[in-house]
Amino acid sequence: MKNKASVVVIGGGVVGCSIAYNLAKKGITDVVLIEKSFLSSGATGRCGAGVRQQWGTKQNCLLARESIRIFENFKDILEINRDIELKQKGYLLLAYSENELKQFKKNIEIQHSLSIPSRLVTPQEAKEIVPGLNIDKLVGGAFCSTDGHANPFQVNIGYAEAAERLGVEINKFTEVKGIRVKNNSIIGVETNKGFIETSKVVDAAGGWSQQIAKWVGVELPIYSERHEILVTEPVKPMLDPMLMSFSFNIYCQQTPEGSFIMGYGPENEPPSYNMNSSWRFLETMAQKATFLLPSLKDIRIIRQWAGLYNMSPDKQPIVSKLNEVEGFYVACGFSGHGFMLAPAIGILMADIITESQLTYDVVLDIERFKRGEVIAEPSVV
Amino acid sequence: MSEEKIIICRCEDITLEEVREAIKNGFTTIEEIKRILRTGMGPCQGKSCGLLIAREISQITGTPIEEIELQNIRPPYGGILFKEILNNVGDKIEK
Ligand SMILES: Cc1cc2nc3c(=O)[nH]c(=O)nc-3n(C[C@H](O)[C@H](O)[C@H](O)COP(=O)(O)OP(=O)(O)OC[C@H]3O[C@@H](n4cnc5c(N)ncnc54)[C@H](O)[C@@H]3O)c2cc1C
Repeated sequence: MKNKASVVVIGGGVVGCSIAYNLAKKGITDVVLIEKSFLSSGATGRCGAGVRQQWGTKQNCLLARESIRIFENFKDILEINRDIELKQKGYLLLAYSENELKQFKKNIEIQHSLSIPSRLVTPQEAKEIVPGLNIDKLVGGAFCSTDGHANPFQVNIGYAEAAERLGVEINKFTEVKGIRVKNNSIIGVETNKGFIETSKVVDAAGGWSQQIAKWVGVELPIYSERHEILVTEPVKPMLDPMLMSFSFNIYCQQTPEGSFIMGYGPENEPPSYNMNSSWRFLETMAQKATFLLPSLKDIRIIRQWAGLYNMSPDKQPIVSKLNEVEGFYVACGFSGHGFMLAPAIGILMADIITESQLTYDVVLDIERFKRGEVIAEPSVV
Repeated sequence: MSEEKIIICRCEDITLEEVREAIKNGFTTIEEIKRILRTGMGPCQGKSCGLLIAREISQITGTPIEEIELQNIRPPYGGILFKEILNNVGDKIEK
């Protein structure tokens, strides 16, 4: 392991790897990335794998749209030979009240201002898109055909491979244990395999980001929360788009290899680092999912697991330098949608670190909470 | 039989050649190989391929087989139909 670097990135999830790659691409190749376990062992490898542009704030829409453009051309842009299994069969969002539908209309206006090809659909049209859908009580929906799915492991590893090719050193099974600061400036990173001298650290530790920031004396306004998820045996293709309902708080999709993946946002889940599975999740999930798609009843669940959402106050990521400590940067608070934004976030963080003009017109710095410039994202599960 | 014809993971049709290739590319734990190749993600949950892959890792990397961690066993233990769960709790939903 190197003992000196221009930048040390903490976290080998999709966000850390995208940042490392984009730094190298911008010419900062002397980067060391540290991952305490294997790449994708955190939220990235546990996520629902959905990529959608149908958001309710302009910045989320923009970052998601730009990221999908990168997913579409992943091999060419990264110059790697890795199939990320991108499937663009859309996201179908379901509305069960007039209010929900009104919110969809508002969101679609924002999306159209960015040329995202979303549209409102009637319950009958929803049924045409997903013939197995139970449209009982359904008021309407929204659909965007270019949303979909990509394989998070392949994307994560793809970024890592491309970063390594450009000179980044990736250390798996290595844990950051502390950060050394002198006169409010970063001077290095302590790991269980030795000290690395550096003046810049990127905290991309996902659900553990707030713990790392504490080492430099900063309380980030984020917390982690368990989200559970399950997968079924593979069956013949029967669901093209990702299905999502905010009132049921659920998402469900069929992956290209045939398994269904589904999860829901837990109620009254306390902040924690708990990643255990619960029986209660299976029960509630089974009720919700079979209501929407009755034919699931005869399909077998084969595995359930859990991961951490890292929640921010406005459900939008924090991608920022920290004024308190010179050389400390954070990319955290992804609130359950960091996989689909990771390509754009890597570019943004590389801009911030190199003090370049931001590629995207977004406000994700941490000072926004103090300034009170917050528009919360309304459409999350 | 040649490596590309020997199936290591019967649920996902993964061959010995693919497994060896992954190990040589630096994916030297069962959890990593699972994520990159899907070994052990199918209905049997790695009960048949897990040990075979551990042996390959051991042979290629020289790590003693006792030191190779087997994959996490995740619930439910043995597949379960959605309707079997509903039989217990009913199909009424809260929202
Ligand atoms: C159940 C579930 C479903 C989801 N569904 C979706 C979805 O459909 N679409 C979507 O876009 N997003 C989804 N998400 C969110 C998405 O997974 C995350 O936002 C994203 O993966 C965050 O990536 P990351 O790299 O920031 O974090 P992570 O992938 O968690 O990576 C952080 C890494 O930091 C490492 N680390 C922590 N501490 C240290 C240390 N001290 N030293 C070294 N390494 C350390 C960890 O081991 C970890 O690998 C979902 C999340 C969950 C849990």
